[in-house]
Amino acid sequence: MQIDPVVLFFLLGLGAGLARSDLKLPSALYETLSVFLLLAIGIKGGLELAKQPFLAILPQALLVLLMGFLIPLLIYPLLRWRLPQVDAASIAAHYGSVSVVTYAVGVAYLVRQGVSHESQTTLFLVLLEMPALVVGVVLARLGRSGETSSAAHGWGKLLHEVLLGKSMVLLLGGLAIGALAGPDGIKPLDKLYLDLFKPVLTLFLLEMGLVVAGKFGILRREGLFLAAVGIILPLLLSWVGIGFGLMMGLSTGGVTILGILAASASYIAAPAAMRMAVPQANPALSLGAALGITFPFNLLVGIPLYHRFAAFVTGA
Amino acid sequence: MIFHTRTLLTIVTEAALENDLVELFHARKLRGWTIVEARGKGDHGEQHGSFDANHNIQIELIADSAAAEQLAETIQQKFGGDFALVQWLSDVRVLRAEKF
Repeated sequence: MQIDPVVLFFLLGLGAGLARSDLKLPSALYETLSVFLLLAIGIKGGLELAKQPFLAILPQALLVLLMGFLIPLLIYPLLRWRLPQVDAASIAAHYGSVSVVTYAVGVAYLVRQGVSHESQTTLFLVLLEMPALVVGVVLARLGRSGETSSAAHGWGKLLHEVLLGKSMVLLLGGLAIGALAGPDGIKPLDKLYLDLFKPVLTLFLLEMGLVVAGKFGILRREGLFLAAVGIILPLLLSWVGIGFGLMMGLSTGGVTILGILAASASYIAAPAAMRMAVPQANPALSLGAALGITFPFNLLVGIPLYHRFAAFVTGA
Repeated sequence: MIFHTRTLLTIVTEAALENDLVELFHARKLRGWTIVEARGKGDHGEQHGSFDANHNIQIELIADSAAAEQLAETIQQKFGGDFALVQWLSDVRVLRAEKF
């Protein structure tokens, strides 16, 4: 099996980082690239979404939301076996929420394999971003309302943080722009937002490789348990996504995407939200697992594997 | 020209706290401060500053010594337990004392 060139850029960054090269992308560029990717994914989804009646996909959207609430509840007890309440809750929120870049690489993989998938998966991506964060905060605060740290925020501010976080605003905004403008309206912009999407993704992945290399230090300290969490959780959760995909009657491609979304862990929205909402939790643990292990695992092994799982259960 | 002695409070902490701290400064009616992005190493590990969830800020703020001390105490109590936070006070000499 040939590795997707997109993933090779990630490996380049990872290798350069591990070899302590002085390669470093300016943080302003990283910010710009992430704004671009989020907008472009939103717009692409909006274009597709405009083609179908909203009511037809409403039941699917509700099921996806349900999955978003369910995943953290499912893994919290497992994590609680070894971890304090706040850390278990924070990691549950990271894994319940999704990674936009993992999704983008997954879609690129399916396109390369010539497997089609339902166009509403971008909407699923948006819907999955938030519920787990809310559940995570509730789990972290359960039974300890009296002793929450004075630095932790009230609910109003938290919802503001979660709903108006950068990724939500850009994804939803892109979705709305794509849907309102339609294919003809987007035409003058499609060189940048559609054609250049994959080349820009490669630059972003190069930076991600460097970031992940920087996370390996945490793994050395936190050891086997974290490594196990980072590999077992996505494998387990991919089946939850695949199950929901089957329930929704999606194609093999769609089931694969849901598996990828469920298996992926957030490393942008969730860390920011959890740091504000649950400051007692150790961010090195959750970010180390989500970014240091699960992200590269999904990129290199997970995505093709979930596709096999999906093909197996859909009989494709 | 006459230089007046004031107290400089320097805060190095997580970027996640920026909004909260600025709110606190406003509430205390402080008149000015400077915030810069920072990287470095401390008890909470090395911050490379290249990644959203992983960067630090450094804040400098000049006030009279009582206000600066009280502010530093409040910040320590509120955030010192859960966040990467280092603060120090130093005497500085400024022109235009009425500004601070």
